Amino acid sequence: MKNFIALITIIFCQYFLMNPTFANDSNFKFAVTTSFHNSGLSDVLIPNLERDTGLIVDLLVVGTGQALKLGSRGDVDAILVHSRAAEEQFIKSGFAPYRREIMYNDFVLIGSKHDPAMVKEIKNLGLILQTIKNSESKFISRGDDSGTHQLELSLWLNSGLAPKEFSVNWYWEVGAGMGAALNIASELSAYVISDRASWLNFGRKGDLMILFEGDPQLFNQYSYLPVSVTKYPNIAYKNARSVEDWLVSETAGKLIENYKIKGESLFFPNPK
Amino acid sequence: MTNYKINGTDLILEKNNHNLLGPITFELLNSSCIIILGQNGAGKTSFLRLLHGLDKPKSGLLTWDPYIGLEEQSFIFQSPVILKRSVLENVVYPLLLRGVSRTDSVSKAEHWLEKTSLIHKANEPALSLSGGEKQRMVIARSLICSPKLLFLDEPTVNLDGESKLTIENLLKQAINEGTKIIMATHDLGQVKRLGGDIVFLHHGKIVEIGSVALFFNKPKTDAAFKFLQGEILQ
Amino acid sequence: MSDLFDGFIQALMLIFTLDKDLYVISGRSLQVTLTATLIASLVGIPFGSWLAVSNFRFRSSIIVLINALMGLPPVVIGLLVYLLLSNSGPFGVFNLLFTPMAMIIAQFLIILPIIASVSHRTIRSLWEEYRDFFVSLNATRWQIILTLIKDARRSLVTASLAGFGRGIGEVGAIMIVGGNIDHATRVLTTAISLETSRGNFNLAMALGIILILLSITINFLIHITVKSKYEQLDDQL
Repeated sequence: MKNFIALITIIFCQYFLMNPTFANDSNFKFAVTTSFHNSGLSDVLIPNLERDTGLIVDLLVVGTGQALKLGSRGDVDAILVHSRAAEEQFIKSGFAPYRREIMYNDFVLIGSKHDPAMVKEIKNLGLILQTIKNSESKFISRGDDSGTHQLELSLWLNSGLAPKEFSVNWYWEVGAGMGAALNIASELSAYVISDRASWLNFGRKGDLMILFEGDPQLFNQYSYLPVSVTKYPNIAYKNARSVEDWLVSETAGKLIENYKIKGESLFFPNPK
Repeated sequence: MTNYKINGTDLILEKNNHNLLGPITFELLNSSCIIILGQNGAGKTSFLRLLHGLDKPKSGLLTWDPYIGLEEQSFIFQSPVILKRSVLENVVYPLLLRGVSRTDSVSKAEHWLEKTSLIHKANEPALSLSGGEKQRMVIARSLICSPKLLFLDEPTVNLDGESKLTIENLLKQAINEGTKIIMATHDLGQVKRLGGDIVFLHHGKIVEIGSVALFFNKPKTDAAFKFLQGEILQ
Repeated sequence: MSDLFDGFIQALMLIFTLDKDLYVISGRSLQVTLTATLIASLVGIPFGSWLAVSNFRFRSSIIVLINALMGLPPVVIGLLVYLLLSNSGPFGVFNLLFTPMAMIIAQFLIILPIIASVSHRTIRSLWEEYRDFFVSLNATRWQIILTLIKDARRSLVTASLAGFGRGIGEVGAIMIVGGNIDHATRVLTTAISLETSRGNFNLAMALGIILILLSITINFLIHITVKSKYEQLDDQL
């Protein structure tokens, strides 16, 4: 019994001495979306951000919905998301004073090379979507209120179709992240809308390929929203300001532009 | 010397609506060794439990004169609880429960382990002891508290002859040192060897009460007579 | 299946090259779950034992409740703790959200019902064996509880290990309250979840293998340190 207690005590003391269990208040709490993180861009930007501002960033990688939720409860100092409608609602509710556009990337339509709906040759996005619906070919939707999901929904709506009425025989809402959704599409040879970065980084492409790209509807704007210090006085608003200034700076712009996967740029800075 | 008088009047003991004992009426007076005798199922264990207070009677009256409290009694069960610790730790246990200091408890325990010839096994796990050794340990654990009254439920059943004698000698010693014993058994030889008084039970009723000598030489009832002949009573 | 094999290879490489990130997140997994298990044991074992030897009107209801709580999805508990610790929540002032402490709190709540339930069952059956013995010795309730805990120690350690097992593999609750933050609250399970979502199945598999090895090691270490000549006897009897 004594050995047991000694063993446990050793494991603890060692670890507790090395690592704090409590918060370091001066860390900057930043919620960003999974697509931003999974692209690999955050691994480039954040270390530079930390070095240039002297801040330590606690990066929370969550879905857009959760990022907004965390911001609305004052649990983070700022958020980086890509869902304009939700952002404007967020500001309207008083959770952030404004939004600051940082960069954009684009989305692509992914499908199996076998292309069951035969949309490869169609050059119009609206027509492609209608064809997929009419042929009831399997389509994977994020179904999780993320920025990607919102964009996908708006694409259907712009083509005059109502996703709410789609049959579950072919339209599958998976409620999962981009990687998981791509994985399911790969297994089932289904169609899916993905951000380009996640697609390039995706490791199990199988027989999937890009079937359509380039339409402006597929452009995806990332914005930075500092959480309102009026609503949550203990927000690190000065730090949030420093981070914002850095993100729209030339340094950040160059890093964003030069970030490539397989020779392709994914994000394009467009700070106002 | 402890003097006691236990009176039972119309006592009935039931469990799950099943009659275990009674109605029985008796007076137990001051004997140094009372043996509760009977076949298996006669109600010996129930009787002991009733006297010790482990089971409450459904009806009837049990009185003590003078009252002997629980702390001055000790009970050795048919399958005694052996704690998962050393022999010494088992024996000191009742004293520690009563708040006796550790040093005093240990020295008393060592004394009793010597008396029961278990001192060489003091630090062994109690569960590693043989049947006879376990029983000696349990007796030491009971006698360490110097009880006025010691109950034993078939203490030597399943033991070999030599162990039986050792235990009986310990009990005789205890009796000599002032402990009064009330013991259940179905072993006639043991009854003869220990002597004292007898309460003979059958089907939950007291059939005979008297001295051991009289019981063997002049049994009053038919049942007692048949039992002594070695018959199985219905 | 090649993913599985690649996973094994990658696991070995991570371990033997003393990959720093691996050791840090593994250590953190242990820190969180061991602490939670320890505290849950210190609360759950006495509580379960007390419940086993007490007789009062609501006893059965409490037992039913504890058993039901065992079936609660950890994610739900995570959400509850998040709401409590959030800046907008009642305990926001303590600034515990997104720290290992928040994870420990969530895991404690998840593990506690398991330990309490198993302790209760273990002690109850032992008590039924020892009951008359205690009555005869006029033992107080707490003396009874301490004696039973001491005699049932081997089974109670198993109860704690069961709790530990539940905690070390848990991911939903600690993801929510910890945030899987890179240098601060990332542990093996949340890292596995992240790598899976990124499609890095090899790495996810490797981390999973390491998690299992870690769990086996802890179980093994605890079993050999708790073994004494008494327990060896149990095995023989």
